[in-house]
Parts: sequence; structure tokens; C-alpha cells
Amino acid sequence: MSPLLIGLYVFALAVFVGFEIITKIPPTLHTPLMSGANAVSGITIVGALFCARTADMTTANILGFLAILFAMINVVGGFMVTDRMLKMFGGKK
Amino acid sequence: MYLVASILFILGLKMLTRVKTARNGNRLSSTAMLLAVVATLLDMGQVDYTFIIAGIVLGSAIGAIMALKVEMTSMPEMVAMFNGFGGGASLLVAGSFLFENVFAGNLAFGGILPMDTTITLFISVLIGSVTLTGSLIAFGKLNGKISGQPILFPGNNILNLLLVVGILGSVVFVVGFNEDPNIAFTVSMTVIGLSCVLGVLLVTPIGGADMPVVISLLNSYSGLAASATGFVLGNNMLIICGALVGASGLILTQIMCKAMNRSLANVLFGGFGQADSGGGGGKNDDAYHSVKSCGPEEAAMIFESARDVIIVPGYGLAVAQAQHATKELADLLIKNGANVRYAIHPVAGRMPGHMNVLLAESNVPHEQLFDLDQINDDFQNADIALILGANDVVNPAATKDPDSPIHGMPVLKVWDSKTVFVVKRSLSPGFAAIPNDLFNYDNNMMLFGDAKKILTQLVHELKEMVD
Repeated sequence: MSPLLIGLYVFALAVFVGFEIITKIPPTLHTPLMSGANAVSGITIVGALFCARTADMTTANILGFLAILFAMINVVGGFMVTDRMLKMFGGKK
Repeated sequence: MYLVASILFILGLKMLTRVKTARNGNRLSSTAMLLAVVATLLDMGQVDYTFIIAGIVLGSAIGAIMALKVEMTSMPEMVAMFNGFGGGASLLVAGSFLFENVFAGNLAFGGILPMDTTITLFISVLIGSVTLTGSLIAFGKLNGKISGQPILFPGNNILNLLLVVGILGSVVFVVGFNEDPNIAFTVSMTVIGLSCVLGVLLVTPIGGADMPVVISLLNSYSGLAASATGFVLGNNMLIICGALVGASGLILTQIMCKAMNRSLANVLFGGFGQADSGGGGGKNDDAYHSVKSCGPEEAAMIFESARDVIIVPGYGLAVAQAQHATKELADLLIKNGANVRYAIHPVAGRMPGHMNVLLAESNVPHEQLFDLDQINDDFQNADIALILGANDVVNPAATKDPDSPIHGMPVLKVWDSKTVFVVKRSLSPGFAAIPNDLFNYDNNMMLFGDAKKILTQLVHELKEMVD
């Protein structure tokens, strides 16, 4: 199988898993879900890391640096803010 | 290791389905992210870390500051912003990939990259750009920098269509027929430019009331953008994570659309509010003929004898930062022997679940929060329905007036309760820009003013009576 085909398989299956899990999430948690999912979409960081492997001032590297920057804001900000919200949900017990 | 990270992501998401485990779920996801980053760094071997470390440190710092400083009321803006960053990151990765593998060698696409990589690359560029610019517009609309009114010009949808055709055409041309590196460069940049314009034009016609839908949708896009990047790099973990986020955003979008009784297509292309303004918005002046209002003292007396109170919070509560005052009032009522519940409409606030977060911030136990379906039949037994800065979600026109633009939208039947109090600054219409007949009802009382102020006065009056 070509990598593209495997990728499509993985994609389709992951979408199903996502649907299965997320339909069960209560409305109370929709906002944390969203910001959490947002943080997860920062997984692009993995791709971004590959894009800035050398210290040369090439366009590719600068774009890669910016990609890391953006993805990292997404990841750190997303997870922290989600945690802040969930702390409030849990805090009153 | 990527496999482990992927599994952890899925488990983390699963734990988000319950309030109790949600926090640990989030931690699990962040651990997975760390694992993924470490694994990637190891995998890359010995490289120069200058840009990598600079990017990670700077990005983390900015992200952390934003996360710690943001007010819970402006959470929607924050999420919109982060969506944009996610999309932007995907676009940048694709861009970097282009420069490194194609333009640096001064080459055209044919021959260097396999066809499927090139195509997924452009999909990544397209989705990334649309997410980036679309999110920025959404952000602007949410914090008021751009008008919340739908901006729709004639031919907007046709222009969007032309843009899509233009983008697809460019891609097909550059992939299939072009051998000249200069043209390849120009066309690629054009694709990015057109995609960015498309992102803007897709969001500008959407009104403020529909923002929950747009944010959810952009959330989904940002996931799909990550997935597309995964295809480009042949990295399954990226594909999985992107798909999870894509699915989650899509489900939320669906829920939001259902809560407003509109199809997704209608939200995206409708220019809601503007098209309907002739139907109702214009008659604003004579729409209110028998509105009754009262002061906090009068209201406090009714509250004092109430046994069953349902509070309906809306975005106005968030704007007035009145969630703590609300909780204070609720506590007082409970102490006075009343049963207090909150009715949360799915689109209350500016994003899915926004009200729940705000109320959680002021320590309202989530057992007191009820969904539309759970509580709607209880209004007939309630002594008081207290509406705080909500409007369209309690508009009786949705069930009673077949000509109303919001007809059929599920609303809270607050008018069934004995007395309705509406705390509102004025009679101005909500986002749907239509008058609310509820304000004319016999059992409705208006409490005009800032929600926080009114509630504080109410608490004060009530305290004096109870003691």
C-alpha cells in the first residue's frame, strides 16, 4: 500500500474514533473540549520541528521557526487554559 | 513512541467526557504532546537547535501568558485566536516544505515530489490559510474590532466560488502541466494569497449570533489542517490527531446548528440578520406596546416568596461580569428555601459551553445546571424565571410566530412560569436583530440596568427582607 492510502485509512478510522468519543461529551464540557482539541491540533509542532533543522538563514528555516512559534503558542496556551477551566469545574467539590 | 502518543491523545479525549476525569484527561493529552515532541527531536538526530529552541521558548512563553491572563468571558476570542495559530502553523510548515524541497533547488513540481505529496501539500496550504485568516476575522468580530453585523456584498458567494475554482485551477496547472520553476513559485504564492482572501470572505458575511458555529467550524478546520500536514510528511500521528480535532469541531458545529434550527449551509451563506431585517428589525419602535418594568425592591419581594426559581443566563451576563453576583443571589434564595436551577441554552454565550465555564468560575455546582431539553417542561411549575442578558433564546416568536426568521429554533419556554424577570440594559434586540414579544407579556417584568448592578441591589434588598 502506498503511504497515501495508509494515511487515508488512518484518517478515516481516527475520524470514527473521534465521533464515537466526542458525541458522549456533555455540553458543560464543550468549551474545555474545544480549547483542548485546539491544543491537540498544535501537534503540527512535530512537522514544524523538521522545518528548522539548521541554523542557516534560509526562507525555509525562518518559516519553520515561525511555525514552531505558532504551534507552541497553540499547544502551551491551549493546554494551560483548558486546565484553568477544568480546575474551576473540579474545584467546588 | 508516536503510537504511544496517539493512544494517549485518544485516552485523554475519552477522559474529557466526564467532569471528574476531565482534568486528568487534559494532562494526559499534554503529556502525549510532550512525548511527541521529544520523540521527534530524538528521531531527527543531531541537528542545529537554534531556531527550534528559540521557537519553543518564545512560543511557550507567549502561550502561557495568554492562557493565564485571559478573562473567562473572552474565552471565545482566545479560542478563535488559537484556531488561527493552529491553521497558521500548518500553512507555515507547508510553506517551509515548499521552499526547502522545491524552490531552493529552483525546480518545478513535476519530477521532484510525488504527485500525492504535492496535492496534499496544497490542501494543507489551502486549509491552513483559510483557518488563519478566517479565525482572525472571527476574533475581530468577537471582540468588537470588526462589526458583528453580517457584511455581505452582492456576489459574495459567487466570488467565493470563483476563488475556489481559481485555487483548484492553479494547483492542477502547477502540478500537471508546468515545468518552469519561476511559474511554479508565482502560482504557489497565488494559491496562498487566494486562500487567505477566501478565509476572510467566508467569515465576514456571518453575523455575531452565529459565531459559536463559526468557531466550532474553524476548530474543525484547524484539525484538518494538521491532518493535511500529516499527509504531506507521511506522519500518521499528525493525521490521527488532526482527524480527532476535525471530528470534534464538526460535531460541535452540528450541535450548534441544531440549537439554532439552521443548516450549516444557511449559516455559512445566509448572511442572517441582514436578509431578515425587513421582516422584523425595522419595526422595533412600535414592537413594544405594553412593557412593564420595576425596580429591585419590587422584584425582591417577589423573589422572597418564590419557591422555585430558574435562572437563564445569556451573553449579557458575561459582558456585565455578573456571574459572581448571580451566584450570590442564588445562594441567598437557596438559604431562603427556594429551589434554584440554571437553564443553559446550547448557544448561550459566544461559544459552545461558554455559560457553563462562566458559572463554574463563580463556583456554581454543575448539578444545578440543566440543558434545554431537561428543564424546558419545568418552567410551567416555576415561580420565577430570571433572565440575565439573554434575548433570542427566550423569544416566544420561535414557537408561536411562523413568520419569524427564528421560527422553529428551540427556545426556553420561560413565559410558562408565573413571573418572568428580564434583566437587560435596554429593549434593544439580540443578535438575531428581531424584537422579542416576551417583553410585552403580562407576566413579564423588565429590570433595566447593568446585570451586575441590578443583581447586587437585588441581593441587598433580599437580605434586608430575610433577616
